Amino acid sequence: MSPLGPLLLATFLFCVGIYGVIARRNAVLVLISVELMLNAVNINLVAFQNLLFPNDPAVTGMMFALFIIGVAAAEVGVGLAIVFNLFRNRATVNVDDVDLMRW
Amino acid sequence: MTGHDVVFILIGLLTAGGALPTVTSKNLVHAALFLAVTLAGIAGVFLTLAADFLALVQLVVYVGAVAVLFLFGLMLTRAPIGREALDNQNRGLAIVVAGSLFVVLSGLIIQAVATGAFGQGPFEIGYIGIEAIGIAIFADWVLPFEVLSMLLLAALIGAIVLARREDGDSGEEAMTTRIALGDAPPSNALSGGKKTDDEAAQLGTGGAR
Repeated sequence: MSPLGPLLLATFLFCVGIYGVIARRNAVLVLISVELMLNAVNINLVAFQNLLFPNDPAVTGMMFALFIIGVAAAEVGVGLAIVFNLFRNRATVNVDDVDLMRW
Repeated sequence: MTGHDVVFILIGLLTAGGALPTVTSKNLVHAALFLAVTLAGIAGVFLTLAADFLALVQLVVYVGAVAVLFLFGLMLTRAPIGREALDNQNRGLAIVVAGSLFVVLSGLIIQAVATGAFGQGPFEIGYIGIEAIGIAIFADWVLPFEVLSMLLLAALIGAIVLARREDGDSGEEAMTTRIALGDAPPSNALSGGKKTDDEAAQLGTGGAR
């Protein structure tokens, strides 16, 4: 199996995530797009691990994918808590309206 | 092209087809459900790459927990529905940036595969069992593993601290934000002078500054 397919799929997902981060203005949807980008990176790591370095005793690619899954779960928890706090204080979740720290 | 490739292409099309409406859907709940489809498709991609443990972790953590968390987040913030309300004015810029990046990256990848930068094929999928992963975690990766567990604990406490309401300690009556649906009874008639956060209720359309 050629690594071309997984790499192209990961590239597509990453670019879709970038589009979502730039074009969406709802903070929860921006978080969803960030999740898409993180998952694209995971596909890359697993593809390289299992197709190119299947005999690595430290299983580096899959370990990185597992750690990314854990860190992404923590990121979603804290991010949604911030969004809830924002909604309670400002009654909006639009990222365009939250320009308090803009230069 | 083997049957394995056909299965991968089908799962990849499902994943890509779920990712596009995730960022373009006008309905928030539909976007979150399409995200769940995409994440399940990525679990299928892991399965075709013979990473079965990672596929199960993906299903449990992402489809089971993160997608549900996003659904809660969307419903609790009751955001408006519609492309004008969900997208900002940067759609053209976003299409240009994402499209050009995709063209550049995929061109580089195709060139690298064609010139054999990843080695000459055929590429065999190596199966890495769960016991190898477990030994690797607790032999080579034990320090990052423990650091990750502390990070998860810190994120848990941080999320609780951020999300709890400050004036809502147990035993006290917190300010309530009423949802203006039109058929809701007046606040005094139902709650008998309960403290009501009327300003937030009027701002509840979400877009008003």
